[in-house]
Amino acid sequence: MARTITMRQAINEALDQEMTRDPSVICMGEDIVGGAGSPGEDDAWGGVLGVTKGLYAKHGDRLLDTPLSESAYIGAAIGAATCGLRPVAELMFIDFMGVCFDQIYNQAAKFRYMFGGKAVTPVTIRAMVGAGLRAAAQHSQMLTPVFTHIPGLKVVCPSTPYDTKGLLIGSIRDDDPVIFCEHKAMYDMEGEVPETSYSIPLGEANVVREGGDCTIVAYGLMVHKATEAAETLASEGVECEVVDLRSLSPLDLDTVIESVEGTGHLVCVDEANPRCSIAADVSAQVAQHAFGSLRAPIAMVTAPHTPVPFAPGLEDAYIPDAARVAKAVRSTVATGA
Amino acid sequence: MPDLAPHRLLEADGTLIADSPLPVERVADLFRRMVAARTYDRKATAMQKQGRLATYAPFQGQEAAQIGATAALDPQDWVVGTYRDAAAMWDHGYPWVNLILGRTGDERGGCPPEGVNVLPPSITVGAHMIHAVGIGWAAALRGTGAVAMTFFGDGATSEGDFHEAMNFAGVYATPTVFVCQNNGWAISMPRERQTASETIAHKGVAYGVEGVLVDGNDLLAVYDVAQRAVAKAREGGGPTLIEAVTYRIGPHTTTDDDRRYRPDAAVEEWRLLDPLQRVRAYLAANDAWSEEWERAIEEAESEAVEQAVTEAEAMAALGPGDIFDAMYAELTGPLQAQREASTGSGLDRT
Repeated sequence: MARTITMRQAINEALDQEMTRDPSVICMGEDIVGGAGSPGEDDAWGGVLGVTKGLYAKHGDRLLDTPLSESAYIGAAIGAATCGLRPVAELMFIDFMGVCFDQIYNQAAKFRYMFGGKAVTPVTIRAMVGAGLRAAAQHSQMLTPVFTHIPGLKVVCPSTPYDTKGLLIGSIRDDDPVIFCEHKAMYDMEGEVPETSYSIPLGEANVVREGGDCTIVAYGLMVHKATEAAETLASEGVECEVVDLRSLSPLDLDTVIESVEGTGHLVCVDEANPRCSIAADVSAQVAQHAFGSLRAPIAMVTAPHTPVPFAPGLEDAYIPDAARVAKAVRSTVATGA
Repeated sequence: MPDLAPHRLLEADGTLIADSPLPVERVADLFRRMVAARTYDRKATAMQKQGRLATYAPFQGQEAAQIGATAALDPQDWVVGTYRDAAAMWDHGYPWVNLILGRTGDERGGCPPEGVNVLPPSITVGAHMIHAVGIGWAAALRGTGAVAMTFFGDGATSEGDFHEAMNFAGVYATPTVFVCQNNGWAISMPRERQTASETIAHKGVAYGVEGVLVDGNDLLAVYDVAQRAVAKAREGGGPTLIEAVTYRIGPHTTTDDDRRYRPDAAVEEWRLLDPLQRVRAYLAANDAWSEEWERAIEEAESEAVEQAVTEAEAMAALGPGDIFDAMYAELTGPLQAQREASTGSGLDRT
């Protein structure tokens, strides 16, 4: 039965159900238990993100509070994954990838390839992404393009509690390394989520709104900005089709192209910096494979090519909003009408 | 191997148990600085609760570990610290107004006046220790005689960067003083689960770096080991790792609730070892302290912080163009276009 829960609870439930179903699933990260073994109130907290609350009481030492050593625990998770475990490592902020990046892009991503196909690395690395919480330049980045660029990794970024639960379960069961990106502004977002366990396959986009005038491609929090823009535009008589990519690698290009063939217009929305972004990648692929369907140049709505500003007013100006998306749609639709 | 008993000169009741490395007047001045730092810490915590500052990491209880160490530096020396080291940064010349601006989200805070050799606080854990190695190395290569002192916590010693910094500093004998404030906690992770090493000072042994254990709540003892480490570094004797054993009295940051993972009783035990109280008792025993004097310096320092707050809040507001202006030595063409779009009709160009 579906009921309304937050994205935080959806993550908790996915971890709990997978740990219950499969004894090889373990969780590790900094503060994820929160003082387990210390004289404090064990497990009352659930870590900095609050998503692991109550799991230590149920699953005990299959949740590991690690020292402040990202390279060690991400590397150990990868090593353990090659020998039968399915670790879910929490990296807190995706910005911390820098200190353990070798383990991710040179090790986990290349094990299968360099071991002649023998090595299997079913590790899921969860991390917070995105701006909007006044966390400054080193704790607010949308680094999804960096990981999407690396062959051997899979990259997921859900936009609803329902997708979060299904995609996280799908990621844990996946036999390849998955970077699971959770937008930090969405942990309290509520939505209908079935109590039972279910899995959403990686690599399937979701058409969250149908329309015949313009395709808007987005992922994560930007799906909501795109939908908000689509509602405004509908009142102006412009019908947008909003495609939520959900997984960035593998990418469901077929769904995007099918939509563009119907609308003839494309606006790509991305919270990441513009150069070599998901928006730029989708734009390039649509231009290669569906140029004949386009009636106007593709538009991109992204952050500027700078770090995320700390000052509240500047941060708000930095993040793409519905007004900018709507403006881009109006412009492209007017061009190719 | 480092001595397992932390170096101590002042007992918790203020009794001096060996010769003081500093005259009483100098100790009184350092006490004034500790009072100033605590005043700032209290005000910053309050301002965060009022929504005037972003997340703040209080340093209450660590005033002696920071000011005792920086008191051993000359102005030409460098301080490379973290988000919890405002006392050390200010003591070495970083103005309150810059610290406050930094916490309001204004990057102009990261730009201290010319001649202040203090890096803005490191927000990520660990990377800055290597910068202090590079700064010391550069000073040695250029023959300036400057020393770099870096501050970090017990948690940071688990980062690979700590080990690489120590190794590099050891190999090149860089004039770097590593000050680990072991405050017992890395968010919810207690020190005994952070590392199996008996002390953090022991970690220097593997890198050929002298390790020293000191009571971090004892101003005189911290100064004593710091001035020896600084003198050694300046003379070409290489780096030192100081472990100052102290305690994080407050939460990790203002967004953390430490009561969820540690008992109040442990915090109360450490409150009794307050670094200010120890110096206060010592000064009183030497007729160099009175309640009126402390109240007067508290008021003066409080006013100085208030003035910095006023100054910070009176700064001209940032505009969208400020997103771009500190990007490169010269703004690149595409960024120039984005800047123009941002100050006009919106950030439409990429």
